[in-house]
Amino acid sequence: MTTVAVKPATMAQALGRALRDAMTDDPTVHVMGEDVGTLGGVFRVTDGLAKEFGEDRVTDTPLAEAGILGTAVGMAMYGLRPVVEMQFDAFAYPAFEQLISHVAKMRNRTRGAMPLPLTVRVPYGGGIGGVEHHSDSSEAYYMATPGLYVVTPATVADAYGLLREAIASDDPVVFLEPKRLYWSKDSWNPDEPQPVEPIGRAVVRRPGRSATLITYGPSVPVCLEAADAARAEGWDLEVVDLRSLVPFDDETVAASVRRTGRAVVVHESGGYGGPGGEIAARVTERCFHHLEAPVLRVSGFDIPYPPPMLERHHLPGVDRILDAVARLQWEAQS
Amino acid sequence: MTVMEQRGAYRPTPPPAWQPRTDPAPLLPDALPHRVLGTRAADRVDPDLLRRLYAELVRGRRYNAQATALTKQGRLAVYPSSTGQEACEVAAALVLEERDWLFPSYRDTLAAVARGLDPVQALTLLRGDRHTGYDPHEHRIAPLCTPLATQLPHAVGLAHAARLKGDDVVALALVGDGGTSEGDFHEALNFAAVWQAPVVFLVQNNGFAISVPLAKQTAAPSLAHKAVGYGMPGRLVDGNDAAAVHEVLGEAIAHARAGLGPTLVEAVTYRMEAHTNADDDKRYREDAEVEAWRAHDPIALMEHELTERGLLDEDGVRAVREDAEVMAADLRERMNQDPVLDPMDLFAHVYARPTTHLLEQEAQLRAELDAEARHHEDDDEHDPEGNTR
Repeated sequence: MTTVAVKPATMAQALGRALRDAMTDDPTVHVMGEDVGTLGGVFRVTDGLAKEFGEDRVTDTPLAEAGILGTAVGMAMYGLRPVVEMQFDAFAYPAFEQLISHVAKMRNRTRGAMPLPLTVRVPYGGGIGGVEHHSDSSEAYYMATPGLYVVTPATVADAYGLLREAIASDDPVVFLEPKRLYWSKDSWNPDEPQPVEPIGRAVVRRPGRSATLITYGPSVPVCLEAADAARAEGWDLEVVDLRSLVPFDDETVAASVRRTGRAVVVHESGGYGGPGGEIAARVTERCFHHLEAPVLRVSGFDIPYPPPMLERHHLPGVDRILDAVARLQWEAQS
Repeated sequence: MTVMEQRGAYRPTPPPAWQPRTDPAPLLPDALPHRVLGTRAADRVDPDLLRRLYAELVRGRRYNAQATALTKQGRLAVYPSSTGQEACEVAAALVLEERDWLFPSYRDTLAAVARGLDPVQALTLLRGDRHTGYDPHEHRIAPLCTPLATQLPHAVGLAHAARLKGDDVVALALVGDGGTSEGDFHEALNFAAVWQAPVVFLVQNNGFAISVPLAKQTAAPSLAHKAVGYGMPGRLVDGNDAAAVHEVLGEAIAHARAGLGPTLVEAVTYRMEAHTNADDDKRYREDAEVEAWRAHDPIALMEHELTERGLLDEDGVRAVREDAEVMAADLRERMNQDPVLDPMDLFAHVYARPTTHLLEQEAQLRAELDAEARHHEDDDEHDPEGNTR
């Protein structure tokens, strides 16, 4: 049996390929946003699509996020399947009203008569040296809105597989793309994309026995690095990649924590009112009698995103994660 | 290189490629609102259309009165009346082809009813039992939209999608004067003009956004003038003259259908009643102003025209009024029946594929309902009369 040498691909390339394949398979899929056409997007995710599919299907819109999402709603009402790109996390805020009052609610308010199968791609998170308003972690806002799916890949294969599923989904999906992983590489064959777990399933990225790191998106590689470093301390950490915040995979997460007895939630988003609070509560409700220590949270600070020269102090890194792991009441064990 | 050294490339005016992109003159609205009734232009209008408009105006007024009465009887949670604005509502409904789409705001239930929607279905939002009481695709009426102007980009997107598919469909979007201050108004008009989408925006300038008069809303010469900045024509029309509104909208729709892009129509009208039954308009306007507009009533204008031209006699008036009474009686009777609601519907349509945590909550409600039912059964056993104790 021969193995074909597979060249490494970046997450941005995999996302672009997902869009291209979705457009090829389904003529109702339209891509729209700022600079997505001729330029191929500021992160080059849509590179080549306008040339291949024409400007009617890959549209450079006016610079107005509420207008982009609002018109996408109308297009979806007429049977199209728009994939909207918000250029940056913080630039998606003008579209909030459309997202919350219409995208999330339309199926419900029309009793299923008018579903809006659209995907909103949002590059999010920091760590790329971006200046103000280019590094927000906005997932908690979306998570708190019933009617939306909130999905975020951490691997190249997931970027492709989850985006394909998001576009095909009859529920609207906020698809959060970790900016700093756009250029992360993995061996991945675009002509034979490996199947991935569906939206709504978390995946154990690294099995371990001492404690569970529950994380997603940009923090997944950081947690894997922390788990490697933790070996020197004698901890064998399990890393769970949530992949979707909505729906939330209680089953996989709780099974892991029941096994390890300890858990730390890790994300870039602020801690207060952040996703970690919800996750910690869900874990505690399901695993209380298996827990050796309170579920801890490692997060970005509860500050406006800092200037790039200071962001490394804000972002949860290996040390902050290991400090939290150290506080999981190990002394009680012996 | 210093600036002085670049002198060879110095040019005191912009490069010649720059020029005004559109001649604004043809886009400008007329100085005064376009009128048909009481003018020679009325001679050109099909008498059948005038009679249809009249009948719908009378029904519309009766519908508004009935809906307002239903709020007083507690049958509607709230009703934003379009009394005084019936000409706009009715003309908007009648001017559309069946394949076209209407995008109403919460004040536009009458337009939906005049388009053929069952009044009970139109009123479920305001009764409080269902956010949308109808299938939007069945009547091509988008859900009644409450967040101001947010329905406008939907109309643009739908019209754009229809054109991409090669369908001959125009979207007519309704908004009020207050809504024109919203960002979504701006973005929708801009997208529509850039895409040359087959969409028509009808602003019913009824003088007030709840209590705030137009003077505090805009410094524009008229709302129709706003069109020029987007590169689309602006039209100004007497919003109480149903024939004029029908004519102007008809021209704008034909323009859109021909692939020539969107139009902004400002209909000058007046909200004769308070914002809703929960509002007190005595706090912000004078009776005299309301009375002045009462003399320019859309039904009176049409009735006068038809009578003058011998197109309507007393029997005709009576027949139209009786028809409106039948509609009102039927509406009253059906609205006086309690809607049958299933609490489990709360979860039925949130997602196509519900999340696990929603399924858990659904089970929780089911258990609560079962417990409630058992409780009632116990009560009934102890008290066969079913009396409250």
